[in-house]
Amino acid sequence: MGIDRRAFLKIAGLSTILGLGGKAAFDILAPGELEASTNAASPGAGKRWAMAIDARLVDDKVISEATSACHRHHNVPDLDSAKEEIKWIWEEDYEHSFPGHQHEFVSDDIKHAKFLLLCNHCSNPPCCRVCPTKATWQRADGIVMMDPHRCIGCRFCMAACPFGARSFNWGDPRRVTRVPELVAKNQGFPYNKDYPTRAKGVVEKCTFCVDLLEKGEQPLCMTAANKVKKGSFTFGDLSDPESPIRSLLRKRYSLRRKFELGTNPNVFYLI
Amino acid sequence: MLDTVLKGKQGYWGWLIFLLAIMGVGLGCYLYQFQEGLRITGMSRDVSWGFYIAQFTYLVGVAASGVMVVLPYYLHDYKAFGRITILGEFLAIAAVTMCILFIFVDLGNPVRIMNVLLYPTPNSILFWDMIVLNGYLLLNLFIGWNVLSAERKGTHYPSWVKVLIYISIPWAFSIHTVTAFLYAGLPGRHYWLSAILAARFLASAFCSGPALLLLLCLIVRKVSKFDPGKEQIRTLGGIIAYAMLLNVFFFILELFTAFYSQIPGHMHSFQFLFSGLEGHGRLAPWMWTAAGFAFVAVLLLVIPATRRKEDTLAIACVSVIIATWIDKGLGLVIGGFTPNPFGRVTDYWPTTPEILITLGVWATGFFILTVLYKMAVSIKEEVGA
Repeated sequence: MGIDRRAFLKIAGLSTILGLGGKAAFDILAPGELEASTNAASPGAGKRWAMAIDARLVDDKVISEATSACHRHHNVPDLDSAKEEIKWIWEEDYEHSFPGHQHEFVSDDIKHAKFLLLCNHCSNPPCCRVCPTKATWQRADGIVMMDPHRCIGCRFCMAACPFGARSFNWGDPRRVTRVPELVAKNQGFPYNKDYPTRAKGVVEKCTFCVDLLEKGEQPLCMTAANKVKKGSFTFGDLSDPESPIRSLLRKRYSLRRKFELGTNPNVFYLI
Repeated sequence: MLDTVLKGKQGYWGWLIFLLAIMGVGLGCYLYQFQEGLRITGMSRDVSWGFYIAQFTYLVGVAASGVMVVLPYYLHDYKAFGRITILGEFLAIAAVTMCILFIFVDLGNPVRIMNVLLYPTPNSILFWDMIVLNGYLLLNLFIGWNVLSAERKGTHYPSWVKVLIYISIPWAFSIHTVTAFLYAGLPGRHYWLSAILAARFLASAFCSGPALLLLLCLIVRKVSKFDPGKEQIRTLGGIIAYAMLLNVFFFILELFTAFYSQIPGHMHSFQFLFSGLEGHGRLAPWMWTAAGFAFVAVLLLVIPATRRKEDTLAIACVSVIIATWIDKGLGLVIGGFTPNPFGRVTDYWPTTPEILITLGVWATGFFILTVLYKMAVSIKEEVGA
């Protein structure tokens, strides 16, 4: 009666090939695992990540620590050229962070305040709308992602981004290890062996440290900034009314860059 | 039909060799760009499109203008244009080929160009531009080839070609509309964010393209036994006049909106282009040159005596081409990126390799144009048209 081992293996093998055994096998061997990996197709669903930066607390030290933490983790090269500059987070003054907002009588502390600019991870991102290859797209939690392996380098996203948040690799970024004038400025490049360097001809930008968020950690700029000035950066989920960022935004007046364009930026500047 | 392009006089071969030499230089520079990346161009993170995309935009207009001889002939039964529709279609083929090449040389990662087909993205205007441009190229290839080979055999072209011809008419309008939508739908780029941009593109296309076609007709008459015809040239002159007036009118509409409303963002690009901004005024002499030529062109085109005289009409056409080329092939893209999203001005000027690659693409287009025109003209001579 029944089937021998050989016949069982045949049936099991065939049904696996046909994709019949898959789900059942997962249910028995690792309950819940499959659920997790299918959810990974839309990671962070139900969340809306956002960042609040307190302009009163941002100083030179915060700027240099946050910038270098980000740029070293993501292997952003220093190309020593305004034209080819690659930057994920950078310093800007009030007038140029919020063009059109400044007036001659603005208070001194705002006039001389320093702002840290980065990708706004807009809820309605024009960059994703224009990309012809889906190389840039929006995750369910709102993070605007960039796939440097699919990007064809058309730079339509750079024309579409009203925040100048995107950088293009006009040349090979790895040349900072070869070109003598650049080697000194980029000692130890690539700084983070676990993070891929990019190739020439692709666009890149801030990812809200999605690799760290998935491990339950926080974006690096925030960690570094808060080490210098506690509370200068707040990161969290806007869809959760109890999250620290929501209560902060309830209490403090905040600005967003070019909100009138309808892209719905998710980086807030507390004034 | 290709046999006709292999027989030619010394001047024909000399011209082709001259073009081949420029193409060779362009290819050499492109290989250098392929190796080094787009850093060899003048583009930057602030002006992230430059000369290549500007030429592309200008040439989409030239390509679309073929419809200005096709439409009167097929929709209004204006018989005279039957003689030169093939010249319009072949000009479109050469222009679209240049458009595709300009997009290609502008890509940071050209080896991945097929990603546009592998991951089709209908919400991207670039995806639709790829479809309409390639479609227009194929339409004109099929139509031009079939109509010409039928003419050679003394037969009527197959009836399915007529269907393609009717499709090609709205299609021509679509290529320049979609190209305008590349720009006109971007938030925060005030110079482009204008509902009239597509209409302006079409108006400038329908004067600059026919102006080039008219000059080509005059050259064809000079170098061959085929005469495109006096009436044809006169009618083209009228089309150019109307389209150029519309083009200038639409531009003035933009100026009115910007400067009467006094909204800074709307005025900045114009100020940058015509008088300079924050001490950056490199384009101002160019834009005023364009304005000057536009003025000359309008004058020569509106006055009946100068429009009807072929040598003054030719001067008007050259003026139209210079004015529209500076407006679209230089001002439009650079002006759109200036000032940058932070309100700053970054200078852009094409580098020598960038200009040589551009010339290489233009030479490729004129090589194709010469060969196609040689074919058309030889067959016209053969059948004694």
